[in-house]
Amino acid sequence: MDQASQDALEELGAHIVSQLAAAVIDHNTANGELNVEISGDGLVRSMKVLRDDPTCLFKSLMDICGVDYPEQEKRFEVNYNLLSYKHNQRVRIKVRTDEETPVPSVASVFPTASWFERECWDMYGVFFSDHPDLRRLLTDYGFEGHPLRKDFPLTGYVEVRYDDEQKRVVYEPVKLTQAFRTFDFMSPWEGMTRQLPGDEKAEAGEG
Amino acid sequence: MAAEAEIKNLTLNFGPQHPAAHGVLRMVMEMDGEIVERIDPHIGLLHRGTEKLIEYKTYLQAMPYFDRLDYVAPMCQEHAFVLAAEKLLGIAPPPRGQYVRVLFAEVSRILNHLLNAPALALDVGAMTPMLWAFEEREKLMEFHEGVCGARLHAAYFRVGGVHQDMPAGMADDIVAWADAFPKFLDDMETLLNENRIFKQRTVDIGVVSADEAMAWGFSGPMLRASGVPWDLRKAQPYDVYDQMDFDIPIGKNGDCYDRYLIRVEEMRQSVRIIRQCLSEMPDGPVMTDDGKVGPPSRGEMKRSMEALIHHFKLYTEGFHVPAGETYTAVEAPKGEFGVYLVSDGSNKPYRCKIRAPGFAHLQAMDFLCKGHMLADSVAILGAMDVVFGEIDR
Repeated sequence: MDQASQDALEELGAHIVSQLAAAVIDHNTANGELNVEISGDGLVRSMKVLRDDPTCLFKSLMDICGVDYPEQEKRFEVNYNLLSYKHNQRVRIKVRTDEETPVPSVASVFPTASWFERECWDMYGVFFSDHPDLRRLLTDYGFEGHPLRKDFPLTGYVEVRYDDEQKRVVYEPVKLTQAFRTFDFMSPWEGMTRQLPGDEKAEAGEG
Repeated sequence: MAAEAEIKNLTLNFGPQHPAAHGVLRMVMEMDGEIVERIDPHIGLLHRGTEKLIEYKTYLQAMPYFDRLDYVAPMCQEHAFVLAAEKLLGIAPPPRGQYVRVLFAEVSRILNHLLNAPALALDVGAMTPMLWAFEEREKLMEFHEGVCGARLHAAYFRVGGVHQDMPAGMADDIVAWADAFPKFLDDMETLLNENRIFKQRTVDIGVVSADEAMAWGFSGPMLRASGVPWDLRKAQPYDVYDQMDFDIPIGKNGDCYDRYLIRVEEMRQSVRIIRQCLSEMPDGPVMTDDGKVGPPSRGEMKRSMEALIHHFKLYTEGFHVPAGETYTAVEAPKGEFGVYLVSDGSNKPYRCKIRAPGFAHLQAMDFLCKGHMLADSVAILGAMDVVFGEIDR
């Protein structure tokens, strides 16, 4: 990424921060992309400003994406990827929440948010307040749980099959014929990103 | 004297096994006679948990899942994923690798439009274009097969380039095909463009204004048909698109007919890009020489211990991607296909959100169809170009 577009991005970031004022918690540019973290309360108003302000004009909400960080207090991060056709810029708005606190729905600002929010509710259990129609979207009718949470197992809890005697599809608890295998490929030699087993003892001994 | 009849709205279940549903779409339609009052699309019948699965796979193992999203144009999805991973890694493929990728992304685009444009015609009653187009698709799939061994699920692009160079003689075959292909397009347009039935079924059906298209998150031909000159290949070029000379067709009316015309014109433009790629393509490697990302050659592995170790580590552990996040989008044939990739510095993606263009388009089904006849909803859906592999993920 060249210097000019990097400067333009930082200028845009500063402008957004000045416009949204109190709602902004943090902002940064990384990998040539602008991230702005804002508080849930000011979300709807901020989105309106981002859409209508002449230096922003983020007319399209391209995507809403949840991310789960279970070790953090506010474990869910909801990312709104906005696109401005006029200025050829993108911005990512982040809102953090936990399992109980609802995030205000932006479906009144961008009609396209409706399904993306339904998907996020389905996959993560992030509740969106004032959503016109917050039902599950991608999972099965009558599904329980939120599959993209990090504590949801990859294999799920129930499996379905057609029962020839009952002449219908039946739901049963998952039975794995072979234990679920995860291999630890982390290399102890290079590209090492964490301690080796036992390293913590040496450090504790020194300290 | 006519008795006053009580009129009640009828709820109609469309799909999930309906040939005009283009896959497993179930729509609950509220009808007033033959007029659509409300549509509630039920999706997710093809949900396979791709995003969850990717979190448990290394970057190389995750890549083939992208073929299975929009299986009509597989290589464009791969393109988005490898670009996202390359952005986080801070590497770029060698020039020849970039040309090969652009070449095959355009082959994919033609494959997609060759299915969608005649499928719309089939939905509104014209059978012949579909039969002709499948013959052309077959020729293109032979090119797929030539480079990667598979007709549909290519798994050809790699983080850092492409898997293998094109086999000898393929460039000439593609040029020969590109010479003959515009003739096919002319034939197809003769059948459809001025066809009275086709025009009656598509002109002024499902009209969307530019502002509405932007608010609903439309992209690709759906957005351009409404007169918004926006194409990521021009606006935010990736790989070598900035060196290509091609035009972006724009519609005026934002109806189904314009969407069809744009797709046909895009095929002609794709042929232009393919020709330029082939004539300008430099010699050289197609895969990055970074030994921590690209695998060593087979010959090297027989001689060098280091190459052998690299090979072993790459195909068991995979490469580590530095922590960070990126939203990288490409202009897939259906619209903006984005990958939101979060890495925690390990060898597996922490989160990989797939932004499918069809998802946003299908959502607008209720808005587009309100007040139209039942038969028009089929034309609108056909011109929308939905594939459930990518919508349900």
